[in-house]
Amino acid sequence: MKGSKSPRNFIASHLENVPKSGIRDFFDIVSTRKDIISLSIGEPDFVTPWHIREASIFALDHGATAYTANLGLLELRQLLSKYVHKSFGINYDPVSEILVTVGVSEAMDLAIRAITEPGDEIIYHEPCFVSYAPVIIFAHGKPVPVITAREEEFRLTPDLLEKRITGHTKALVLNFPTNPTGAVLDRNDIEGIADLVIKHDLLVITDEIYSELTYDGERLSIGALPGMKERTIFLNGFSKTWAMTGFRVGFSCAPPHLTDAMMKIHQYIMMCAPILSQKAAIEALRNGHSDIIEMRSEYKKRRNFICSSLNEMGLPCHVPKGAFYAFPYIGDYGMTAKEFSLRLLDEENVACVPGTAFGNSGEGFLRCSYAADMDDIKEAMNRMERFVKRLQKK
Amino acid sequence: MDELLKLLRKNALESPANMAKMLKLPEKEIKAKILAYEKKGIIRGYQAIVNEDQLDLNRVRAVIEVKITPEREGGFNRIAARLSKFREVESLFLMSGGYDLLVFINGVNLKEVASFVSEKLATVNGVVSTSTHFMLKTYKDQGVLMEMEKEDERLKVSP
Repeated sequence: MKGSKSPRNFIASHLENVPKSGIRDFFDIVSTRKDIISLSIGEPDFVTPWHIREASIFALDHGATAYTANLGLLELRQLLSKYVHKSFGINYDPVSEILVTVGVSEAMDLAIRAITEPGDEIIYHEPCFVSYAPVIIFAHGKPVPVITAREEEFRLTPDLLEKRITGHTKALVLNFPTNPTGAVLDRNDIEGIADLVIKHDLLVITDEIYSELTYDGERLSIGALPGMKERTIFLNGFSKTWAMTGFRVGFSCAPPHLTDAMMKIHQYIMMCAPILSQKAAIEALRNGHSDIIEMRSEYKKRRNFICSSLNEMGLPCHVPKGAFYAFPYIGDYGMTAKEFSLRLLDEENVACVPGTAFGNSGEGFLRCSYAADMDDIKEAMNRMERFVKRLQKK
Repeated sequence: MDELLKLLRKNALESPANMAKMLKLPEKEIKAKILAYEKKGIIRGYQAIVNEDQLDLNRVRAVIEVKITPEREGGFNRIAARLSKFREVESLFLMSGGYDLLVFINGVNLKEVASFVSEKLATVNGVVSTSTHFMLKTYKDQGVLMEMEKEDERLKVSP
């Protein structure tokens, strides 16, 4: 009988039901094409500032090739503590409340796994970054999306949130400024959400990776509100702020017992974030403030340009207050977001990600990243205008 | 610096319509501001940044450190203004430190630079000494790298 029996399906059922990322699908199509202009890239088009790269090279030259403490280099945690205090007004102890991770992606996974028991409901707002729902499912939790609307510039309002809170709700994931909508919350929204969180005894996991790319209005983290630090896991990283995506370094700040719980997973599965990336992160925090100001001012001009171009050509687009994505509405042309983006790719060689990659509620929208060279953005807008004009004629 | 000036310094050929969109200002206002900058002399001109190394011009570029004696009533200005008028002088700066003027020269050949230095520059009343350095290769000029950047190495689509 040897070899005649076919193996059973070894894949865990809760994993099998998670669809592959829509981004991945789209990537497979786009990567077969040549000479396209891509507005589908979720990372800065700047190269990591030279002084940061140089710090990493220097560290390598000097033999920094070993493990670090599980929590991360103490010097880095001390700098993070200062940075978070200065930029967000929240105090975290570098010894017991800060954990350096392999990007915010790892930190999000740790946070969700540390708190989720089977059946726990975790609320997040949609359209949103691709990984929240899958990470919740992997942890045997139940993802509960709150659909945000274009009319409200994709803000999560307390009213919307309250409707989805049940007796099983454990936590709320926030990501403002939001990928893909660029949405930002105002103080009223945040205070209202905090009231609900306290009332229902919930935890907040706030992914603030785009916070340095906030262009208009006040920048306020929910963790800074009274009574919220104890029930907030604050996540941030270096990828967007200092164009360091490939370094894979992020961090989490949370009260000691939560940090401990996350650390338990981190130490067994990851040990520590790569030391060279941590060294680079130290340099970014020490001497990288002017980099942020420069990048922000550059992105803001591109944002203004892309949004007014999209609106002029007939693709209504709110002006996002943060991140580096425009999220125009394309639902007036009788096509799904996927059909629209495939035709745009076929006919004009411009790649934009269909909104549905960010949840079903992204139907009718495109994500156009303006983390692209200004000349490319201009040419992409010309091509899209041509494309839309043709659709309008029909 | 004004955002408009920043944009122009980056790309002087940018159209007023595009700059209007980027800065959320009416196109008319952009044009008026540029005109005002030009009139006031804040914008002194528009030039292309050329990588001369690629052109096989066989031209010689030199930097000359010049020591001069400052004059009563006028200091360094009279001599500096006088030197600036020479056609060969591309740029001229008053410096702190071991010398007074830094002069950038663009000459047809080595001989021309040499004769400029010995006959015109060194003989100006008040010039005490000169020290000439020839430029060998340009790596970066006015904030622009002369080596063309590699193609974008990012993935074409990412979350």
